[in-house]
Amino acid sequence: MDEDLIGRIQANPKFAELVHKKTRLGWQLTIVMLTIYYGFVLLIAFSPSTLGMPLSAGSVTTLGIPLGVLVILSAFVITGIYVRRANTEFDQLNQELVQEVRS
Amino acid sequence: MIRTLHGRLGFAAATLCAALPLWAAPALDGPVEQRSLNWHAIVMFFIFVAFTLGITYWAARRTRSAKDFYAAGGGITGFQNGLAIAGDYMSAASFLGISALVMTSGFDGLIYSIGFLVGWPIITFLVAERLRNLGKYTFADVASYRLAQTPVRTFAAIGTLVVVALYLIAQMVGAGKLIQLLFGMSYSSAVMLVGVLMVLYVTFGGMLATTWVQIIKAVMLLSGATFMAAMVLSLTGFSFETMFQTAVASHPKGSAIMSPGGLVSNPVDAISLGIGLMFGTAGLPHILMRFFTVKDAKEARKSVFFATGFIGYFYILTFIIGFGAIMLVLGKPEFTETIMKDGEPVKQLIGGANMAAVHLAGAVGGDYFLGFISAVAFATILAVVSGLALSGASAVSHDLYANVFARGHTNEAKEVRVSKIATVVLGIVAIILGITFENQNVAFMVGLAFAIAASANFPVLFLSMFWKGLTTRGAVIGGTIGLVSAILMIVLGPAVWVKTLGHPAALFPYENPSLFSMPLAFFSIWLFSKLDNSTRAANEKALFLPQFIRSMTGIGAEGASRH
Repeated sequence: MDEDLIGRIQANPKFAELVHKKTRLGWQLTIVMLTIYYGFVLLIAFSPSTLGMPLSAGSVTTLGIPLGVLVILSAFVITGIYVRRANTEFDQLNQELVQEVRS
Repeated sequence: MIRTLHGRLGFAAATLCAALPLWAAPALDGPVEQRSLNWHAIVMFFIFVAFTLGITYWAARRTRSAKDFYAAGGGITGFQNGLAIAGDYMSAASFLGISALVMTSGFDGLIYSIGFLVGWPIITFLVAERLRNLGKYTFADVASYRLAQTPVRTFAAIGTLVVVALYLIAQMVGAGKLIQLLFGMSYSSAVMLVGVLMVLYVTFGGMLATTWVQIIKAVMLLSGATFMAAMVLSLTGFSFETMFQTAVASHPKGSAIMSPGGLVSNPVDAISLGIGLMFGTAGLPHILMRFFTVKDAKEARKSVFFATGFIGYFYILTFIIGFGAIMLVLGKPEFTETIMKDGEPVKQLIGGANMAAVHLAGAVGGDYFLGFISAVAFATILAVVSGLALSGASAVSHDLYANVFARGHTNEAKEVRVSKIATVVLGIVAIILGITFENQNVAFMVGLAFAIAASANFPVLFLSMFWKGLTTRGAVIGGTIGLVSAILMIVLGPAVWVKTLGHPAALFPYENPSLFSMPLAFFSIWLFSKLDNSTRAANEKALFLPQFIRSMTGIGAEGASRH
């Protein structure tokens, strides 16, 4: 990559926008995932009885089961949200940027 | 790591020895009694081997350039790569191990599988696309992008080889024990068979064959597990409540299996384990290598999305399978044998608690399905060791040979030849180590591999992509401190110091070092980078901007021009 191209990319507002959006979404979702996971871990460590509560009176299924499955699903959904936005919106922005700086 | 669980779960030691020595690889612990030949499994297994060797032959004819050999020509789609990554992750031990863990302790099995899964989103956001945009074949390409090639590649290659060696030993020992049980073959012939097939796949078919072996195995494992879970649910009228009720009624621990049982009684170790699992995954060389097999960052992201879906689905299945095993296998006389342990007769599952899923396969699908599941378990080990061998061989040929010894004065053909030689050597070493370690407890090795990946490989890779101030000196010294401290903490910790070496008390109190060794690595990398005022360091900082632009936009990335 030559100096000139680097300069043009840096000067292009789309680059700043791309970096900003990608970084913000990435870190936001990272925090969401860490909160969900470590929230679950802390619940196990400090209040296992919460997870052991029956879902409804008389049922053997405990709250922990759907919560655990939700943690698994959330990992999938969070990845999906990022991939969807990155593969459409961000990539679109990126393509526009590449075309502009190369023209 | 397994041993960690041991201490924490607080169950009767006898049940545990059989139940837990398993997560990513070492499927079995202690002496295994050889069984009569299991013909159904052997036939199924040879069909798999014949099929994959056919694919290797096909791949060999398409593998010419170094790009073909290391990265399957970059032509794998996101979906296929997602399956392959899932295949790397769903090892025989996580299948047999987690379902066995669910059978013996219920809910705790779910906790464990969640720990394995939640690292994936983080990998998507932080690693996958930047890695694809910056690298060519190995993660050392990325780490040495703006740093001095020789020291950084040497460090990265050592990190790779250490992780690969530890993981390989664990897999080989697990493979030997498992095959002894499932197929009735002798331990050493099983280890040799695994080693020879691994060398064949990798040397002839390279990454293309390795990827397809991984994909086929992932599909077989997912369909087998789906069938088992569906059969279990059909018995309870597809009602989870009925399934849990039946299980609680027949489990000796009763309703205790429906809530956490003390897996995470020590919060420090629990968080440390979580960190090791999460960031270790992002530093495993054979997983990172998979991001170079797709054509661009878009496909790399999709790979992780599909992988997360497959792995999450698989863990939910293993949970159902574990409960199925409580209903159909646990305590049933036809699956139980009495063995002598420490002079006491103990009842256990035939072949040990790890065999829960295998016995359940027989119970719900008959002999042929039992054979199929046994063959899948073996196929799984083959696929995983092939991926490991390829990443070890790439570290030797691409990083050490081409960029350190020959300093770039070589050609692709020579480089590929060196990888093939390295694969053969790795295969021989793996067989020798597998046989040497037959009667050792290797369970801690997988934990060690993850801890090193999280404490040496990940910090260097992460900071090279995210921190402008990183210098060669910081990366090499800090990374080495991470590597050495992770090893020391495990050796001085309960798993090795007490359980393997027999000392009365551990010098380092925790089983999982990552909570300490990873921040130590980050701090040392930062410190030694800050202290580095050389002109080289100034130059390296100046190169961050072009690197950052490429990692973000993919401009100049390998293979992008081809499409």
